[in-house]
Amino acid sequence: MAEMMYWQGILRAHDEEMARDPLVFAMGEDIGVAGGTYKATSGLFAKYGEQRVIDTPISENSYTGIGVGAAMIGARPIVEIMSVNFAWLAMDQLMNNAAKIHYMSGGRIRCPFVMRVPGGTAHQLGAQHSARMEKVFMGISGLRVVTPATPRDAYGLLKSAVRCDDPVVIIEHESMYNLKGEIPDEEFFTPLEGVEVMRPGKDVSIFAYNISVHWALDAAQKLAQDYGIDAEVVDLRALKPMDRAGIAASVRKTHRAVVVEEDEAPVGVGSEVVAILNEECFFDLDAAPVRVHALDVPIPYNRHLEKAAIPNAGEVVAAVRKMLGR
Amino acid sequence: MDATDQKRLLREMLFARRFEERCAEAYHERQIGGFLHLYPGEEACAIGVLEKARTGSDYVVTGYRDHIHALKSGMDPKALMAELFGKETGCSKGRGGSMHLFDPDVHFMGGYALVGGPFPLAAGFAKAIQLRGSDEISICFLGDGANNQGTFHETMNMASLWNLPVLFICENNLYGIGTAIERSTVEINQYKRVAPYKIEAAQCDGQDIDVVMDHAEKAVQYVREKRKPYFLELMTYRLRGHSMSDSGAYRSKEEVEEWAQRDPIGIYKRRLLEAGVVSEDEFHAMDKAILDEIENEIVRFAAESPEPRLEDIARYVYTEKEAGSHG
Ligand SMILES: Cc1ncc(C[n+]2csc(CCOP(=O)(O)OP(=O)(O)O)c2C)c(N)n1
Ligand SMILES: [Mg+2]
Repeated sequence: MAEMMYWQGILRAHDEEMARDPLVFAMGEDIGVAGGTYKATSGLFAKYGEQRVIDTPISENSYTGIGVGAAMIGARPIVEIMSVNFAWLAMDQLMNNAAKIHYMSGGRIRCPFVMRVPGGTAHQLGAQHSARMEKVFMGISGLRVVTPATPRDAYGLLKSAVRCDDPVVIIEHESMYNLKGEIPDEEFFTPLEGVEVMRPGKDVSIFAYNISVHWALDAAQKLAQDYGIDAEVVDLRALKPMDRAGIAASVRKTHRAVVVEEDEAPVGVGSEVVAILNEECFFDLDAAPVRVHALDVPIPYNRHLEKAAIPNAGEVVAAVRKMLGR
Repeated sequence: MDATDQKRLLREMLFARRFEERCAEAYHERQIGGFLHLYPGEEACAIGVLEKARTGSDYVVTGYRDHIHALKSGMDPKALMAELFGKETGCSKGRGGSMHLFDPDVHFMGGYALVGGPFPLAAGFAKAIQLRGSDEISICFLGDGANNQGTFHETMNMASLWNLPVLFICENNLYGIGTAIERSTVEINQYKRVAPYKIEAAQCDGQDIDVVMDHAEKAVQYVREKRKPYFLELMTYRLRGHSMSDSGAYRSKEEVEEWAQRDPIGIYKRRLLEAGVVSEDEFHAMDKAILDEIENEIVRFAAESPEPRLEDIARYVYTEKEAGSHG
């Protein structure tokens, strides 16, 4: 077991997979010679060469499509988009091709394509660098969408994604690349489906993913310490397909649910989880589920406004206390 | 090319024409639904180019007007017609339709609806070929209109920059649906548009299959040996509407008539008649045999094939997991 940073976990997964299979290759803007905006591909260019660690022009849609084409005949591309905001440009190839080719071909063509994107709001980058797009990806049939909250999963999800025969979008977070955590020394794979209970509890289920898992864990600690509330924190991790049974199982135990997302509420992760609760375990609920989410505004530059737009652990604590009347 | 091959090519073009005409009938009979884009008038393009490729081994991709590219790549016409009928025996198991034909067994990689969408896919096949170090090439057929998509420029740049073995074939039929090329595009000579990307290019007649094959042979050889992209523009014309719901109001009768004189089947047939390779009688017998095959084997197969089962509707959203697989 070694302590590693989130970016180091991603790098290790690249390195192991590229060493194992000569058809695994990486492409994206500044990932090669420069080593990647967040260092997640550093050193790979020197080790694997320019054919397999490709610095692309700023042509998101077409290099995504090149990755998809290569995947269709058996290569295993890992395409990095520098920021999720730029992934809008690649939506055509992602939605119209990657997600649909397996289905449209009656299962005859597989598309083992991986896209990695840093998502989320960092620090004062302004509205065009602060989008959170999971709601868009998770609305597309045929894609898999996963979001690592820890260095361990940053490593394990990329490993699984490269081996998976479906297209997988991995949403990372700009503010988490330097996050530290334990990663086992032996190779392992984080499943691309299923929730993970990060902290068991009995009074309320807090569902989170990506950076909001950390807000939820902080909140749970405070709730236990200051208010005697035993919260269960569930990392959704896979946003598509979502683990309906795992979500319901937690609520059958706690009978209460709060969903925490960094994104605006409409048509999002929270609305999806609440709908699942309605459909799967409505009569197990002792209170109406609550969403903690960003304000419905383009993210402002000003630091106070930015902070106010994005939720935090304090808002989670407040939501749980209100729900429990404590 | 010997007489046997010449006769075979004439037959392939005639087969393509009759196949498409039968599709139009089936569409009016409501056996085929959705959008249907037919190829009459342009047969010499796909058939001439792919005659010079290694079909079954080279990778082929195109847009929605894809029936003949699929056939010439080696797809079974029964599986094609069954796909148009939406049947489980179709090449895409009835999930694709006319615009989404697939046959990876012969490296026919699809049929795509989004104009310009296949450019990067073709470059991606070439990228995978490059990584494997094998000697196939990738061949991308698209229309003139597709060259106004960003994917055209982005892909040309990367294909040239990375020396990807892709042959781009532009089927310039002078229109994107109802918009004439000079009304949408500043540089109407499409082959000139790749010059800034330092890609070798040529333009030639797309109606005379001998001319097409001549250029295609050189182009294929260039890509295969030099491992670099090449762009070939074929001047052609569709004799039918863009799809089945086309008024045709945007072009004159005179223009259509002029191009009908340059029908690729007419041109080739006259040449073979003059050379004594075929006779009128043989041609009629050929036509009759084709019509018979289409009706009694192909359409019949499609009509009698089963529909996909409703309980299979969610199959193929994801790949079916093998034991021990990850994820
Ligand atoms: C991205 C996109 N925009 C618009 C359309 C609608 N559309 C379908 S075919 C077509 C014309 C394309 O012309 P061209 O590339 O010259 O091909 P042709 O049909 O002439 O063979 C258009 C605009 C589409 N399918 N995809
Ligand atoms: Mg056209």
